[in-house]
Amino acid sequence: MSVVVVGASAAGFATAEGLRRNGYDGALTLVGAEPELPYDRPPLSKQVLTGAWEADRIRLCRPDKAIELGLDLRLGTPAAGLDPATRHLALTDGSVLPYEQLVLATGVVPRPFPGTDGLRGLRMLRTLEDSLALRADLAPGARLVVIGAGFLGTEIAAAARTLGAEVWLVEPEPVPLGIAVGTAVGEFVAGLHREQGVHLHTGPAAAVRDFKVNAGTVEAVVLADGTELRCDLAVVAIGSVPATGWLAGSGLTLGDGIECDAHCSAAPGVYAAGDVASWFHERAGIRVRLEHRTNATEQGLYVAKALLGQTGEPFTPVPYFWSDQYDTKIVAFGLLRGADEVRVVEGAIADGEFVALYRKGNRLTGVLGVRRAKSVRQWRALLAAGSGWDEALAISPK
Amino acid sequence: MKITIDRDRCCGAGQCVLAAPDVFDQDDEEGLVIVLQESPAPEQHQAVREAASVCPTATIEVTE
Ligand SMILES: Cc1cc2nc3c(=O)[nH]c(=O)nc-3n(C[C@H](O)[C@H](O)[C@H](O)COP(=O)(O)OP(=O)(O)OC[C@H]3O[C@@H](n4cnc5c(N)ncnc54)[C@H](O)[C@@H]3O)c2cc1C
Ligand code: SF4
Repeated sequence: MSVVVVGASAAGFATAEGLRRNGYDGALTLVGAEPELPYDRPPLSKQVLTGAWEADRIRLCRPDKAIELGLDLRLGTPAAGLDPATRHLALTDGSVLPYEQLVLATGVVPRPFPGTDGLRGLRMLRTLEDSLALRADLAPGARLVVIGAGFLGTEIAAAARTLGAEVWLVEPEPVPLGIAVGTAVGEFVAGLHREQGVHLHTGPAAAVRDFKVNAGTVEAVVLADGTELRCDLAVVAIGSVPATGWLAGSGLTLGDGIECDAHCSAAPGVYAAGDVASWFHERAGIRVRLEHRTNATEQGLYVAKALLGQTGEPFTPVPYFWSDQYDTKIVAFGLLRGADEVRVVEGAIADGEFVALYRKGNRLTGVLGVRRAKSVRQWRALLAAGSGWDEALAISPK
Repeated sequence: MKITIDRDRCCGAGQCVLAAPDVFDQDDEEGLVIVLQESPAPEQHQAVREAASVCPTATIEVTE
């Protein structure tokens, strides 16, 4: 057999490692757009951005490990096209790789702000290079506008404050992280940022209208209500899009990501894993695509087993994510988006120490907590069992 | 077998505890990993190797 993995990051590397650990000893090629060996992205908006960690600390794979795994590395050479019928993958350097099994793990790319191509002073954050460049410009007193208060935007704001920058965080929704975790928890996060002196602008009036530009460099971000925020630097953190452009014309179904079945397969001999993969989650009964670090590893390991024929089970993980905001760690299990109700069952949000349950219809769909990681964990089994809401509340302490 | 951890890297996912509950635990507040047995007994070795590889942040290092 021969396996080619496209995307040399968390999910792609987990797949490669999983294949070897489960006994695969055939040809294994890892194709990556970046010139780097796989590294970990979450620290890019945390320890690497604040300078607490040197870049070397986030390596997921050292050169000796790549040799030990017998990887045929094709780094710095993005895949350019795919023909699943004849099982050939084309790279941008002109080479064509035949494969028997293919794993697509190309992740996502930041969504650009429309019409800002080529403007200086406007940044995005996805790669190690992006993080180091941003950190170099975040001197104490630097004026930074962060556009978008999702996980990425809020973490960048926190890191920048830690470095002593003056920070404006702007978001058209009423609260930060509102779509991801609900209004009440979003307000809690807003409070953390206000306490640290971040200038937070939220709601429709805070939608970015345009930019004031001088000689090709952004000088100010202009909000819908006309407010001008002068800045040295602005970061766009308004979400991301699956890196599937190169698959146009391949015949694969591309919706919000590469559409796979319940076993993470997109076509005969083609699997997908990580941020780019959209798959049918059988227990949840919906199509899911996650941008969570833990899922990249879990799904990569699952795909490794699936293509070795070592699992017939569908992929039905209990998703997990965390986010660091200053010294507050938020942890959560499940699918929290679009919940009908969020109920605090332990502690109080106002005290900064709580556990909240998420309900959709009559199901328990998620749990989130701050400074109560152990309690949060105790709900994982119920989520894995697909528990009903009443059943969950019956055993909760409140 | 010897287990070393770089606790700062841990993200609290708890995959290690699911894989090897007798060897790993997590703290109550932030959920960061705690090693219960630094030199686990041979019958634990397979589970510990599994834990190290499912850990998403490469926090756990195993030397044999
Ligand atoms: C700054 C930042 C902070 C984060 N913080 C958290 C957090 O706190 N908690 C959490 O749960 N998650 C977090 N995440 C998300 C987490 O990092 C991702 O879920 C994870 O990296 C996904 O791994 P992946 O391998 O699927 O995709 P990626 O890590 O995006 O890797 C995809 C790789 O494929 C390459 N590629 C793309 N196109 C091609 C092509 N055509 N050919 C070859 N290679 C290609 C890319 O260059 C990239 O190296 C964060 C992400 C970022 C960027
Ligand atoms: S699996 Fe890794 S990241 Fe998760 S709790 Fe264990 S050591 Fe920490």
